[in-house]
Amino acid sequence: MSDQPTPPPKPILSPFQTASRLGVILVVIALLGGAFAYTGGWLDPQRLTPTRIVDSFEQASGRHPGFRRNHAKGVCVVGLFVSTGAAAKFSSAEVFAPGRRTPVVGRFAIPGGNPYAPDGGVPIRSLALRFNQLNGQQWRTGMNSMPVFPVATPQAFYEQLQASQPVAATGKPDPERMKAFFAAHPETAPFLQWVKSAKPSASFATEAYNGLNAFFLVNDAGQRQAVRWGLVPEETAQPGGQPLPADPDFLAQDLAQRLAHGPLRWHLTLILANPGDPTNDATKQWPAGRTVVDAGTLLLQSTEPQDSGPCRDINYDPLVLPTGILPSDDPLLAARSAVYATSYERRTSEEAGVSAAGHTAPPAAKDPRS
Amino acid sequence: MSTTPATNFSLPARVLHWTMAVLILAMLFIGVGMVASISERHEWLVQIHKPLGIALLVLVVLRLFIRLKRGAPPLPADLPGIQRRLAHLSHLALYLLMFLMPLIGWSMLSAGGYPVILYGPVLLPPIVPENPLLFAILRQAHTYLAFLLFLTILGHLGAALYHGLIRRDGVFSSMARGKP
Ligand code: HEM
Ligand code: HEM
Ligand code: HEM
Repeated sequence: MSDQPTPPPKPILSPFQTASRLGVILVVIALLGGAFAYTGGWLDPQRLTPTRIVDSFEQASGRHPGFRRNHAKGVCVVGLFVSTGAAAKFSSAEVFAPGRRTPVVGRFAIPGGNPYAPDGGVPIRSLALRFNQLNGQQWRTGMNSMPVFPVATPQAFYEQLQASQPVAATGKPDPERMKAFFAAHPETAPFLQWVKSAKPSASFATEAYNGLNAFFLVNDAGQRQAVRWGLVPEETAQPGGQPLPADPDFLAQDLAQRLAHGPLRWHLTLILANPGDPTNDATKQWPAGRTVVDAGTLLLQSTEPQDSGPCRDINYDPLVLPTGILPSDDPLLAARSAVYATSYERRTSEEAGVSAAGHTAPPAAKDPRS
Repeated sequence: MSTTPATNFSLPARVLHWTMAVLILAMLFIGVGMVASISERHEWLVQIHKPLGIALLVLVVLRLFIRLKRGAPPLPADLPGIQRRLAHLSHLALYLLMFLMPLIGWSMLSAGGYPVILYGPVLLPPIVPENPLLFAILRQAHTYLAFLLFLTILGHLGAALYHGLIRRDGVFSSMARGKP
């Protein structure tokens, strides 16, 4: 016997009641769907998203399937990092433990979205590294050969990218637009000052590379120390510079030749901030006289082309960090992490022959050599 | 007689349903919000997204276990066959997607060669080999299946409100409260 009370009879809904209740249901669904679309940025084409930034790299340099959207031309290198232990009191990261040897996969590159650009065209070189700690954690970092970054915010970076879009008539950026951009962005002055005297180097091996963005080192006691890191080469360039070889790919050749004679070495230096040094502004160098820690030696032993080497499928996301290193409040860091992920998603999708969602780019550019 | 079929979902089933409903909707909003952002928000949303997604994987295992053990109250006898089939199909789809989404998130990071950081120093092991083509496919699947999940939830919500407001047949309250 069921002793459940019989449910009271449901009042019949009038057609009007039914229609208005249906209306309520539709409104609830539309609101939820609308909130979702708003959150995803689809109702707000002005929002600066990773997609828009990556699209404008493609606009500037054409779309080169499978290649990085910036720093597209480069080569892989493999080696290891040998720690001095001098950084261990500032950071608990395993990579800094005394005598620790950590395998490294790196990539030398030049900035720009064109994988066939001539090496002599820009004065900047870059080196990205992935340290694989034994405990499974990784440290990824990308460094450039200039001492400061031109801009401090992702918004300014985007404006610079827009101002330097090539114009149809010349295939080059419009000098007036560039001028207007720099005039509107006085924070670019230190970079412009550097670039005036900077010459393209004939070798990756003789360059110093700077992390530019600040981070925090955290030690076992939980103390934080703001830091910028860099690599100082043991090789030195010929004084006064060297005439650049005619071959547009001289950097890769020079690197292979040098590595045939033995490993190349850099010192990983940690520049420790004084209290008050800005951690959120990559356009400002910290004043001279800061404590510099020699954390160890990077030895690069071999090189491989980027289309078959082990660096090809690495996203050098600067926010992949081991415990013992934390991001700073520099707004470029989160932007880099988000944009590199989108670039990585597109280039791996192109390798796989699947099309990346939300792709709004112009058609693929042709390889000028094929 | 004491074997009348339950008219309502058991308390654990209801608690899990509503907790997971909130968290899964949150995951969908966090997901599309973070990939459309370049500010610090991107970073902290990613740091919520991963551990919360893995927590949902644990919860759905528990939920399936309870579901298989306790069953579900029957749908009203007068429900038309097509609606009955749609209800079963959509619940199946919801269960499948609740399993697939976190598994794909975890495996796409494994395939991309990223350390799968759960929280601070806590790492998850990779569950698929490092492979860029696999990464690309899983990364696209994570997006498209997320949209499919969201659409299915919209339909599910619409149907639940239809039962609650128009049919008033006890289906809504079977998930909303205990025995009357
Ligand atoms: C908001 C500012 C920036 C944006 C939007 C941006 C964008 C990009 C993109 C899209 C890539 C290609 C990533 C890939 O597909 O793996 C890249 C590579 C790179 N970026 Fe940036 N970048 C920014 C700031 C910086 C800064 C401040 C540095 C220097 C410290 C830097 C250094 C590098 C290096 C070294 C690479 C090459 C990595 C490699 O060899 O794989 N970038 N950048
Ligand atoms: C957002 C508001 C939601 C409402 C109003 C709602 C309402 C309901 C109701 C009334 C039922 C009972 C249906 C029946 O008797 O068979 C139910 C079942 C179910 N709901 Fe939801 N739900 C919501 C969100 C979600 C979400 C986000 C998910 C997961 C992705 C979900 C997954 C399920 C599943 C799988 C069942 C079937 C339960 C089973 O048979 O084990 N629901 N829901
Ligand atoms: C219930 C489970 C989950 C849901 C509903 C969900 C949902 C989403 C959504 C909607 C996106 C945005 C996709 C796009 O628009 O491209 C996303 C991205 C992402 N999800 Fe999930 N996710 C879940 C679980 C996970 C898990 C467990 C992980 C990893 C452990 C993960 C890692 C990621 C990553 C890395 C991204 C992309 C970030 C980027 O490309 O910048 N997800 N997810």
